[in-house]
Amino acid sequence: MTNAILTGLMLGGMYALIAMGLTLQYGVARIMNLSYGEFLIAAAFTAHWLFTGWALSPFVGMAFVVPAAFAVNFAVYKLLLTPLVRRARTRDALEVDSILATFGLTFIVQGSMQSMFGGAYYSYSYLAFPVQVLGETLSANRLAALGITVVLGLALYLALTRTRAGTAIRAVAVDPAAAQLVAINVERTSALTFALGGALVAAAGVLVSTFLTFSASSGVVFTMKALIIVVMGGVGNILGCLIAGLLLGVSEALVASLVDPGLTLAVNFALFLAVLLVKPAGLFGRATR
Amino acid sequence: MGTTITRRMALLASVCAATFGLVATAHAQASLKIGYAISRTGPNTGGAAVTTLPNYELWVKEVNAAGGIKLGDKRVPIEIVQYDDRSNAEEAVRAIERLVNQDKVDFILPPWGTGLNLAVGPTLNREGYPHLAATAVTDRAPELAKRWPNSFWLLGTSADAAKTLVDLLVKLRDDKAIGDTVAMVSIADGFGIDLSSAGRKALTDAKFKLAYDKSYPIGTQDLAPIINEVKALNPDVFIAFSYPPDTLALTEQSRIAGLNPKVFYTGVGTAFPLYRQRFGKNTEGVMGIGGWSGDSPAIKDYLARHKASAANGAEPDRWASAVTYASLQMLQQAIEKVGKVDRAAVIKELQTGTFDTVIGKVKLENNMPTRYWWVGQWQDGEFYGVAPAANEGARKAVVPKPAWVAQ
Repeated sequence: MTNAILTGLMLGGMYALIAMGLTLQYGVARIMNLSYGEFLIAAAFTAHWLFTGWALSPFVGMAFVVPAAFAVNFAVYKLLLTPLVRRARTRDALEVDSILATFGLTFIVQGSMQSMFGGAYYSYSYLAFPVQVLGETLSANRLAALGITVVLGLALYLALTRTRAGTAIRAVAVDPAAAQLVAINVERTSALTFALGGALVAAAGVLVSTFLTFSASSGVVFTMKALIIVVMGGVGNILGCLIAGLLLGVSEALVASLVDPGLTLAVNFALFLAVLLVKPAGLFGRATR
Repeated sequence: MGTTITRRMALLASVCAATFGLVATAHAQASLKIGYAISRTGPNTGGAAVTTLPNYELWVKEVNAAGGIKLGDKRVPIEIVQYDDRSNAEEAVRAIERLVNQDKVDFILPPWGTGLNLAVGPTLNREGYPHLAATAVTDRAPELAKRWPNSFWLLGTSADAAKTLVDLLVKLRDDKAIGDTVAMVSIADGFGIDLSSAGRKALTDAKFKLAYDKSYPIGTQDLAPIINEVKALNPDVFIAFSYPPDTLALTEQSRIAGLNPKVFYTGVGTAFPLYRQRFGKNTEGVMGIGGWSGDSPAIKDYLARHKASAANGAEPDRWASAVTYASLQMLQQAIEKVGKVDRAAVIKELQTGTFDTVIGKVKLENNMPTRYWWVGQWQDGEFYGVAPAANEGARKAVVPKPAWVAQ
């Protein structure tokens, strides 16, 4: 039982980590980024390349990968998405446009990874040793990932609630039109938030690469998982994202060890449906009219 | 709008004419046109990129370097037409139809994987092209070979795979090397379902105690709960009918949790070079599906050529790669024996002929080989075939598996 809960927490932490970036991109910048998983895999490949080619620890690699991802995502928003934002009359129109545009981006990112790394599976061994926690054996790399998720999540939560820039971001998430009235530069804030989301997904990619096997085409799995968690937690809500991720992780692990590992997907979706039935805007989402 | 398109088309046509003009005006059988549709995107990419594509490319490179395929008394180079089937059955069938009707290719090489080979089977049969399925494991193989006489099922049936594994376990139990508790997990997808149901029956018939028998959905990202539960049961044998990502994850988790049964067997991916690269010394004693005669000079030579040809010096996997390459050798020898592009005669030759390949002499019976490697084991950094023990080059299984070491 302890074991199931611990592994569930670690899995949930990973889910939350994967989803945090998307909740910013979707909730604040209003970009439904379908190429999200591809950026995660791109970061994983970079970590793999740094580790095997330069013997650079993925955690050190993060110091390069995360700022680079921030810059790349900022550029993507400025060059590719700003024209869409400018011409969109309503949020809904922007959502549709961004889905189409980022769907196209999926192929570009996937195609370039494919041409660089081929289609084969990649995997490497880092911090793959057992650690004893509460008398249970856990793997160090997953534990480290959980630790970093918690740190990132808390830092982000505090930044969003306690700082001026964070308040501006939340204002844009609630009402971009009204935010302009109080002298918030909505376009700049959106761009920075999108880039911040991109930086987070890159961090997730680096951490995930230490324990999961990936290939150039495995991005879509992560996009889907992130989307479920974002919708379940309430779009744009970091705390909701953490809770929803942990909830999914723990329920999966409990079902896998107490009932049957074959039912994990069913439980996932049952939980998702239940949340949507009771709170259509997600656990922490505000119903919008 | 209309004029733009016409103008663009005209430009395109003139460019094509300029580029391919020479080929088009040359003699009709100046080259042998071979087509294939393979998964370059989608979930099958990982398998196709390791097992199938490097072999197709190696073979074409080698044949063309030697002047081409011998048709009668002259050699003609191979010309390749290829598409991406996007790991999608409908797309694969459409691509095959395009290869037949539009590109009018002389021969077609099959896609990667059981599902896509089953999908393109009817089309290849209707069009009368030989279908050398080298990466499909299905229990319906004998029945399909009868229904589609142009199809050849070179990787065998899952029932046979499970039976050979259980036969090996029975022998080990008779030798008192292992007890009779078995834990079995499988992926809830075609391959895992077929193998686990065949395995369950064979294990129960052989009076093994099946202490754990569960499946997990495809894409499961944490297998720790399964391994922890299996470890608590302390079985003699651990069997996983898994796909590559979970094969790696299960091994990793077993090492971390300290699950070290006497026999540790994992599914697709165990025979991949990636497995050794990831686990190094810890591969020692791990069993898995597949295997090859690692000591045979033909295989050693094939390994060296594959490494030299593939991107980044990639090694072949130790199961279907060599079979795929052998299937290409068979096709080549059959075409050269017939001496012209006569697909019906080539099919007949494949059914009856004997072929000299990297996996030894192959003579098909009812469109299927007579021997397969079903259980391999990592020994001293090479994945040797250990069962069926009657196969030439079979090594003796090392049991119990040595303990995991710190990496």
